[in-house]
Amino acid sequence: MSAARWAAVALLAAVFLIALAANLFAPAPYAKQFRQDLNHPPTQQYPLGTDELGRDRLSRLLYGMRISLLLAPAAALLSTLLAAIVGGAGAYIGGVWDRLTNVVINLFLSLPWLFLLLTVRALLPLDVPALTSVVITFALLGTLGWAASARIVAATVRDLRNSEFVLQARASGCPSLRLLLRHVLPNVKPILIAQFWISVPLFILTEANLGMLGLGVTEPLPSWGNLLRELENYGALAHRPWLWAPLISLVLVMSLFQFILSGEEYAS
Amino acid sequence: MKAGDRLIGSSAEVRIKRRSSPCVLLVLIAFCFSACSRPAQTTGELRVTIKSDPKTFNPLMAEDDSSDIVRYLTGGVLIRVNRKTQENQPELATSWTIDENGRRITLNLRPGIKFSDGTDFTAEDAVATLKAALDPNLHSPKGDAFRAGGAATVEAHRKDKISIEFEHPIAGLERLFDEIAISPSRMAGKADSSVVLGPFSVGEQKAGEYVLLRRNPYYWKRDDSGHQLPYLNAVRLYVLSNRDTELIRFRQGDIQLINSMSPDLYEQLHSEDASAARDLGPSVEPEELWFNEVRKSPLPEYKKNWLRSRNFRRAMSMAINRADLARVALRGHATPSIGIVSPANRFWFNQNLQPTPYDPNGALELLKQDGFRKDGDVLKDKAGHPVSFSLITNAGNKPRERMGSLVQQDLQQIGITVNFIPLDFPSIIERVTRTFNYDAVLLGFTNVDLDPNAQMNVWLSSADLHEWNPAQKIPETQWEAEIDKYMRAQASTLDRKQRKLAFDRVQEIAAEESPTIHLVDKNALVAVSPRVKNADPVVLTPQTYWNIEYLSLGK
Repeated sequence: MSAARWAAVALLAAVFLIALAANLFAPAPYAKQFRQDLNHPPTQQYPLGTDELGRDRLSRLLYGMRISLLLAPAAALLSTLLAAIVGGAGAYIGGVWDRLTNVVINLFLSLPWLFLLLTVRALLPLDVPALTSVVITFALLGTLGWAASARIVAATVRDLRNSEFVLQARASGCPSLRLLLRHVLPNVKPILIAQFWISVPLFILTEANLGMLGLGVTEPLPSWGNLLRELENYGALAHRPWLWAPLISLVLVMSLFQFILSGEEYAS
Repeated sequence: MKAGDRLIGSSAEVRIKRRSSPCVLLVLIAFCFSACSRPAQTTGELRVTIKSDPKTFNPLMAEDDSSDIVRYLTGGVLIRVNRKTQENQPELATSWTIDENGRRITLNLRPGIKFSDGTDFTAEDAVATLKAALDPNLHSPKGDAFRAGGAATVEAHRKDKISIEFEHPIAGLERLFDEIAISPSRMAGKADSSVVLGPFSVGEQKAGEYVLLRRNPYYWKRDDSGHQLPYLNAVRLYVLSNRDTELIRFRQGDIQLINSMSPDLYEQLHSEDASAARDLGPSVEPEELWFNEVRKSPLPEYKKNWLRSRNFRRAMSMAINRADLARVALRGHATPSIGIVSPANRFWFNQNLQPTPYDPNGALELLKQDGFRKDGDVLKDKAGHPVSFSLITNAGNKPRERMGSLVQQDLQQIGITVNFIPLDFPSIIERVTRTFNYDAVLLGFTNVDLDPNAQMNVWLSSADLHEWNPAQKIPETQWEAEIDKYMRAQASTLDRKQRKLAFDRVQEIAAEESPTIHLVDKNALVAVSPRVKNADPVVLTPQTYWNIEYLSLGK
């Protein structure tokens, strides 16, 4: 691994550590409202200023990163695993199972997710703590967001199943399980990893959008998603550039992930 | 006229006559001239927005905001509620009398009026329109309040005199005529605002884009100089649901008036052009919070007991810092509510009510009376349940979402956990009106009518919109029975003082029992382009163009 990649790994690890230890680095509790200091510009007391309710922006960003960095990858992992199991298994077995998998994937892709999520939210109790609400939200995203990835995984496995080297292995008497583990899975791995990393920012942004409908992370808990909602106020962005901080940090973290990942892929 | 009859509106009638009498010659010239050219002061096209396409152009069927705006701008009415003075003023009726038992109103019609197509306005047109409004088969929303008076007889006595007799008296009857736009008798009940008695008629509509209202060349009103009104040639109502885009178009000069702005957009505009952004002070649009008191709701019994407790509700009211809600959530463009009626409703507001103090310790004392106790930072009821409830509001309304967060922190200070959840609006309506699966809700209301009669559908315990516990067969509490009694009392007398006394008492009971916690009265925030002349915005709708006939456009 190159020095640049090591630096990226170190930086990403530092971001994770800071986010995980947000309570140590945050200047104030994330929900504390300093009502006399609304929309305060950055100062020593408030390094990134305060929001419209007087809450310290840096504290909210650190806690928000912690929630998103833990839960969005968890949801992405769940959805990628489901995609691998449903899409990969169906395509690998082939025949009726492959067709059935296709039907299920198409069905999931054609469902109006927004309305389905609203219905699911309506069925959940209202009086649940904010943390439970956020775990439910990301669990829903992970459980319901696998279909697009599954289609790609299925197509890849289908190609591999009919590829010459797999046919040759099969003709040589290679058992099915060994074929799957030694020949198919290693070739699907880059696809799964790519789908995983594509899903992470997607889930963070989806959570932000769901927040508009009461399905996302609820107040006063911060998340990257609900911090990004402040960028809707584009009129204020020119005068208050520190509002860009959540977006810049998101882009930075995602870029670091991609940079490290691309090296891994090339190496593999 | 019988001895007991009251003559109302006569002074205003004199004022209008006095205006026109020295200008007879001018009026005659203008009248002759109007057929071939416009008055000297007629100016361009005013552009404003409506949130959606009007659902109907039939003024009797107008229910949504957009249809109602078209009705206001095109409809000629017998009596108008002046949006500035909040008093009744003569329009197509020059004067009116109500008999002493309040069941019969007689109206004298203004002579020489023409519809926008040049045909004469007669008593027949007024009678036909009123009969259509009263027709139960038409289901006119504008006729609902009239139909509350039971069976009615509408008669034309002469060409310029009509009367309506109701089975039961209707308090505040005159104000109801403000909603009834008179249409030609041949179109009564199925009018389309193309032939009207108001300042404009519907000229053109492009669905999803705009509605164009054209000047009524036969409009009867004239200004002090004798020029025929309105000054404007046309009003274009752009269909635009996005409030941010509305402000952008206002800044670009594409639209000239905005009737209602959020505090955030108002602040944006004010920072760029302080003269265009106007804060008119408290409106009649309160923000309120109420708890679910429905017995059959699916909430656990212990929680039902909290929410139905007067002490609990009053404690919540005392623990919320209303001044902060006004200052932080609404950027200072609101005032803490004193009661269920805004001070902007000058006559009906009960001046004797005292504001609820912000007093978290007092709130805890009240809660102690019900057996609640602090266990560390957590408030628990006498059975040991930690006090926690959900508060829902409509997602996307930023000031309201800020209010929810502030309430959450205020109540946290007395050990209560509030799970604040913005939801989509249909879900809220479903929960509040059908499933009753909610703890507390934060919403805002617009009072379209200042008269308490218009709030019978909220305050009567049997009413479907009785927010905290709707459609009760018999009042479930003593104080609700009392409110019912006073609301009915104010509705059954014509004596304004008696009505005021009864409604004052309703306000006092509501303050004592706090079934709805009125938080703040929002200020009316509007935008007026410097191009618009004679603009005199008010807190009642339509705020900026209530005097549309007098508005004109400069360069």
